[in-house]
Amino acid sequence: MLVSQNILTALRGLMANKLRSALTILGIVIGVAAVVALMAIGNGATSSITSRIQSNGSNLLNIQAGRAQRPGSDSRAAPAYLFYSDYVALSKTLTDVSGIAPAYQARYNVIQGLQSSQISVTGVTEDYLKVHSYEIAAGRALSANDRLHLNAVAVIGDTTATDLFPAGSPIGQKIKINGVTFTVVGTLKAKGSSSFSNEDDIVCIPLETGYSQLFGSNASQNGKNTLNAIAVSASSADTVDAVSGQITFILRHQHKLKLADSDDFRILNQAALLSTLSGITTTLTTFLGAIAALSLLVGGIGIMNITLVSVSERTREIGLRKAVGARKDHILFQFLIETMTLSMIGGIMGILLGMGIAGVVTLLGLITAEVSLSSILLSFFFSLAIGLFFGIYPAYRAANLHPMEALRSE
Amino acid sequence: MPPIIEIENLVKVFKMGENEVRALDGVSLSVERGEMVAIMGPSGSGKSTLMSIVGCLDVPTSGSYILDGDAVEKMKDTRLADVRSKKIGFVFQQFNLLSRTSALENVLLPLTYTGMSPRKAREKALQSLEMVGLKERVKHHPSELSGGQQQRVAIARALVNDPAILIADEPTGALDSKTGAEIMELFQSLHRDFGQTVIMVTHDSFVARHTDRIIRLVDGRIVSDAPNPNPLKAGALRPEAQF
Repeated sequence: MLVSQNILTALRGLMANKLRSALTILGIVIGVAAVVALMAIGNGATSSITSRIQSNGSNLLNIQAGRAQRPGSDSRAAPAYLFYSDYVALSKTLTDVSGIAPAYQARYNVIQGLQSSQISVTGVTEDYLKVHSYEIAAGRALSANDRLHLNAVAVIGDTTATDLFPAGSPIGQKIKINGVTFTVVGTLKAKGSSSFSNEDDIVCIPLETGYSQLFGSNASQNGKNTLNAIAVSASSADTVDAVSGQITFILRHQHKLKLADSDDFRILNQAALLSTLSGITTTLTTFLGAIAALSLLVGGIGIMNITLVSVSERTREIGLRKAVGARKDHILFQFLIETMTLSMIGGIMGILLGMGIAGVVTLLGLITAEVSLSSILLSFFFSLAIGLFFGIYPAYRAANLHPMEALRSE
Repeated sequence: MPPIIEIENLVKVFKMGENEVRALDGVSLSVERGEMVAIMGPSGSGKSTLMSIVGCLDVPTSGSYILDGDAVEKMKDTRLADVRSKKIGFVFQQFNLLSRTSALENVLLPLTYTGMSPRKAREKALQSLEMVGLKERVKHHPSELSGGQQQRVAIARALVNDPAILIADEPTGALDSKTGAEIMELFQSLHRDFGQTVIMVTHDSFVARHTDRIIRLVDGRIVSDAPNPNPLKAGALRPEAQF
């Protein structure tokens, strides 16, 4: 008996019982839709996190002062610092880098006219904008010249600009930071909020100007200027590890650490952070998909239930088919094709529904859901397999009916 | 030529819980090619059991059964299905047509299990429908056909694989007497004009008298097996209706 003939027979039977067929496949439809939609949303979340981290500058290494906390380590050990001299050493020695951005950051009261607010003020070099992927919206960026001449100039973030200058352009205007007057020479384009901090509410000033006019003794330790962080941008993703190694070597040398001493600085690797985070979201996506797949299982049980009912309703038909020469495997095949047709239709409808849900989520702007081909193929074949698996028992029962008894049943 | 059916000392025992029921208790008979035989008996006589064994729907507990040269009493399910597919045509009291398929598709059903090419199968099915006088109604569904027409479709289905024996189980039982007479006429003509071996299972002696030979079963044994030299013509009146 031809497969196509079996499928036609199955479809005809399903069409004759539209409501029942629809209810039967509902479980599969919902299960498949859930798998497809959740995986799409999960994938969307992963790539949105990835792109957000990458927008902070890919290949970025962030150096901060601090000792690794180890059990039994000496709590009286001297506090760790990063020094301006570290930056100088790094910028002289490091290879394969496209930018080195030291920063000293402190919060100050910033006043402009009647507007006043606490803003994070960062002393930076000309590399800062590039390394942290900022772009100039208006005016100009800070230059090496500003640092050399200790110019009292500032570049302010998008949020800061709107807060301090509700009307009119900030370029050329004066602001007072902790009583020191600075001239705004540029504004930054908005980066969009990140979960860590508002990167658009900042004031950048030349690092050396900060040391000499603003930061005062807070930024000095044993007569040396300190830094909060040094961001290093490796020239490519391949050189990140090598650059990290160089930094460790140079800083250990700078800080005169002995072989047995542990590092008094930490290097945070954006790429490592990226892979950690995307690992987490991938796990979450898989987890959600697995939960959704459970509902597929429930749908499969629904199919088995209805097929069992169908077998007992069609006992006479099975008896007749056997009487006219159908073998066991013919009957088995017929019912398997029926359940697989059901689950396949359910799978296709579920995929369409899932894509619809993903589309609506995207349209609502919640998250850009990405329907992947793999999730479609996976749920399609999974639903087929469910039809096969849950069809076997009813089909086996049908195939083993005794023809004479089946013919006599009412 | 050997008989088409040779049955020797056939026994069929059913287990009903603790009890054993001997539905057939040593039945022996043979049927020649081209005979039209009635198997008669009241309900519980074992005639349905005999029919299901003759029709290869069941196997005997003991005894031998040779159908058209093949010993079928020891065959497994798959072989039995093959025998049914090639050598046996069934006609039932309740027609047993598939309701959502056309007359043609119903007649095609046995051929789908033989692996015949769709083209050839269609040709055979149309021939078969023509033989029973339903050439004009091949596209009709069972619900659009009268009882007599439905039974004709069932007969066409039974004939489509050129069976060695045609087994009819109370074929007129669900029909009025006029339509029943037409169906009997069809069986008689298949027997007379095409030499079709027909085995008719019935509890009704009037129906049985349309055949050449009447075998009576009581309690699983043959109590009489006699030729019927003057079979009734289809359309004859029932004795009780003659007044």
